[in-house]
This record gives sequence, structure tokens and C-alpha cells, in this order.
Amino acid sequence: MSRTLRHLALFALACFFLMPVYVMLVTAFKSPGEVDVAHMWALPRSLSLDTFAVVWPKLRGGMVNSVLLAVPASLISSFLGAANGFVLAKWRFPGADVVFPVMLFGMFIPYQAIIIPLFQTMSDLKLVGGLDGLILVHVVYGLPITTLIFRNYFLGLPDELVESAEIDGAGMLRTFFRIALPIAAPAFAVSMIWQFTSAWNDFLFGLILTRTEFWPVTVGLNNIAGAQTVPFNQAMAAALLASLPTLLVYLLLGRFFMRGLMAGALKG
Amino acid sequence: MRKRKFRSWGPALLLVAPSLVLLGIFVYGFIGWNAKVSLTDWKGLTPSDTYVGLANYRELFADQTFRNDTRNLLVFTVVFIGGALLMGILLALLLDKGARGESVWRGVFLFPMAISFIATGIVWRWLLNSDPGAGTTGLNTVLDWFGLHSDWHKSPSAGAITAIALPAGWALSGYVMALFLAGLRGIPEELREAARVDGASERQVYWSVVRPMLTPVLMSALVILAHISLKTFDLIYAIAPLDARTETPALYMWLTSFRGGFFARGAAIATLLFLAIAVVVVPYIWYTSRKERTR
Repeated sequence: MSRTLRHLALFALACFFLMPVYVMLVTAFKSPGEVDVAHMWALPRSLSLDTFAVVWPKLRGGMVNSVLLAVPASLISSFLGAANGFVLAKWRFPGADVVFPVMLFGMFIPYQAIIIPLFQTMSDLKLVGGLDGLILVHVVYGLPITTLIFRNYFLGLPDELVESAEIDGAGMLRTFFRIALPIAAPAFAVSMIWQFTSAWNDFLFGLILTRTEFWPVTVGLNNIAGAQTVPFNQAMAAALLASLPTLLVYLLLGRFFMRGLMAGALKG
Repeated sequence: MRKRKFRSWGPALLLVAPSLVLLGIFVYGFIGWNAKVSLTDWKGLTPSDTYVGLANYRELFADQTFRNDTRNLLVFTVVFIGGALLMGILLALLLDKGARGESVWRGVFLFPMAISFIATGIVWRWLLNSDPGAGTTGLNTVLDWFGLHSDWHKSPSAGAITAIALPAGWALSGYVMALFLAGLRGIPEELREAARVDGASERQVYWSVVRPMLTPVLMSALVILAHISLKTFDLIYAIAPLDARTETPALYMWLTSFRGGFFARGAAIATLLFLAIAVVVVPYIWYTSRKERTR
């Protein structure tokens, strides 16, 4: 296959992948009077922000909730993941080889299989309705992947690092906080980005565990834009706004996002 | 190794204990609890402990909705996995040969992974709109330009669920591409070079040298796509909620429990979903961690 042909093929495929983005953009920026589903592919005659002005007030609450949810959830689960990853890579206790796969399994389970007991437990603990419960849930189900990310990272560091600290008389906790944690910044970036994206994009947990005023952005979005009766342009503008934070993270820090993806496939 | 004996495991265990306890309860405890619920007759708001054996499972297997949903899921899984694999491998091969601005291409094919299934579903529901005649829109308009008008994706019959595989594949083939690209890059260039020196054509190099080395990558991709396919909920919910033609057990589970109050039946569906995923995932995790230990 020649070079030109290959680039042509890539271009055609890129058009397919960008098609939904194109529709979102041209529709969201059309003036409401110009929008017509039958002409969804046409470029806007003039740029208008009117649709955003209509949609933003409805979406703002959800965006704020999702920030308040995703930031602490990713911080806490990354920190716990760092501790687990360090122990499982550099301070392996007897049985660590069994513990790790047992933890990993949690990454793959269908959440349908735990949602009824989860709802029941969270109700009993009075954690249904607000964001606290949802944060706890995202922390817990984030643990397998954050542990995996940090374990892989620490495995790649030489054992001497820990051993020299040990010889200096530093205990396990000191070694972790003083030596391991500061050099784990790249793993932190991967873990934070991955967790932020999953918490932001989650729908099922938010749907079941929060009441209207604490709905995360996905639940709010589905409520605003998920009906055939909603104006087409509002659906597109809302979907665009709700996707912006994770898209920005992806565009600016794609390298780290990619590493999270690879970790998710159990590949270092 | 001797000095390890003097290490104390106390602090290490203390550090991992909170995570282990939480995962123990929230993963294993809840899965067991859910299985227990599936053996009761819990209906409505108050949980019931009345043991009914496998009655819920028997009812499910006889239930027309569940049969329809399982069939939909099978069709979806085959079309989605096949499509995403083919597309991902194609993209990886195109990029592996070297392309100008590779990171830009990669970025374009992978960005759907950063977007929620809800946002994805909302856009695609409009692209997949099937209105005929003057109301023709979305993909059908594009097909029209090429004289290919069709309503294949919303045919009343068996085909509708395959339409969902299109946005699902759109979302995940970039992931498959990334996996295969990493696998391809992991093959030492000397191996390919050696084959070329021996007179192998480029096609033979790919088929005889590269392909066998990608088997582990193929396995990872299959496991990941399979488990996503089985539990997909938000995407279908955002495109076509409450539509029997695109309903799968993952949706039925949610509807029957949290809308209908049939928690025991929902738990039975969830247990079946869990078993289907465990059959794929447990050997995978076992295999990867064993490979790592012997490395």
C-alpha cells in the first residue's frame, strides 16, 4: 500500500471519527431559528451562542456536582492506590501475589452485580442522595486500577531505592512517604486523570445514588438532552459542554491518559 | 533475601488494610449478597428473606423479555467485538507503517474514549435517526448522497441492535488501535529485518513474524471488548431507552429492579451477567498474573 493511499485511508477514517464532533459543533453554534434536523450537516450561516445560553443554566448544577465529586474521589483513590501499589511492589508481604489479582478482579465486574446490595447498604448508612456516598463508591471501585497503575510504576523502580532507605533505618511508612511518594508524580498524573475521567463519565452510580439537586453531569445531561422532544440544538450543545472537561484533559494530557488505558488492559 | 526476614509486615498490612476491607465488602461481599437476593422473592420496597431456590432463574429462562434481551446481547457482542477489532487493527496497521503526524491521527481515533457514553449516545441517537422521506436525517442523509438510502439501523426486526454497535465501535476501536500499536512497537525491528533478509515479502513478514507475536494483544482486546459489551448500559440507555429492539440484560436488570421493584429478579439477571463476565475475566487475570510471576 503506497504512502499516499495510506494517508488517504487515514483521512477518510478520521472523517468518520470526527463526524459526531462536527455535528455537535455546527449545530450548537447555529442560531436557534436556523436549526433544522434535516439540514444537520450544513454549516451555520452565522455563529450564535444563543443555544449555549439556554442550556448552560440547566447544566451548570451538574457540572459543579461532578467537579465536587470527581476531584476528591480521584485524589483519595489515587492516594490509597499509591499505598497499595507501593506495598505490593516493594514491600511484598507473604500472600501479596494472591492479594493483587483478587483486588484486580474488582475492575472488571459488571456494576449491575453489586448495585442492589450497594443501594441497600448506602441507604442504611444514610449515604444516598448527596455526594458523599457517591464519592465513597467511586473511591472504592477505583482502587483496583489505581493500585495497578502505582504497582506497575513502583515495579519499574530499582529495589535499591527502598533497600538503601531501610539500611538508613527508615521504616516502611517513612520510606513510603519520604521516598516513594515524591517520585511517583508521573503515576499520580496517570491515576488522577484516569479516575477523574471515569468519575466524570459515570452514569449508573450517579443515577441510583443521588437525588436531583446532587445529580452528576451525566445524569443531568441525560435528563436535559435524552428525550426526542428536546430541541436538537440544545441536545448537541449540552452534550458538548458536558464533554468539555474530559476532552480538555485528554487534549492537554493525552500521554498520561494513554498510559492509564494501557494499564486498564493489564499491560504495564 | 535474608534481610527480608527482619522486615516487619505490620505497617505494610496496615497500609493496605483499608483498601482490602473496602474491596472485600464492596466487591466480594456484595456479589455474594446479590446472589443471595436472587434466591429470594424480594419484590417492592421491603427486602424479603424468603428463600425460593432457583425460581427466579427458572422464570427468567422462560421469560420472553429476557430471551429477547439475551438474543440482542449476543448479536450486539458479535457485531461490536468484530467491528471494533477490525477497525482497531486496521488503524494500527495503517499507523504502524509510519504516517506523518502520527500523534495527531492517534489523538483523533482515541478521543472518543474520553467522552461519556451518555454524551456519545445523545449525539448518535440523532445520527441514527431513521425518519424516511422529507424527515431523512443523520447518517441516512449521507447515505442518500451516495444513493444508498436505507433504514437498516432501525428496521423493526432483528437488525436494530446492530445499530448500537456502530457508536460502541466508534467509542472503543481507538482503544483496540492503541493496544495493537503498542504490541506492534514491542516487536523488535531486527526480527522483521531478519525475515526480510531471508527474502520474505512485506505481507509474509506481517503474517508469519508479526501476527503470531500479537496473540496476547488480541486476547487482551477480546477480554476488554467482551466485558464492556456485556455490561454496556449507559450507551443504550441514552440512544434508545425502553425499546425492546435494543434492550439487553444489563438494561433489563436496571428496569426490573429500580423501576419495577422486582429486586430478586434483577439480582438473578445481575448474577448471570456476573458469571458470564467472570468466565472470561478470571482466566485472563490468572493467566496474566502467572505470566508475570514466571517472568
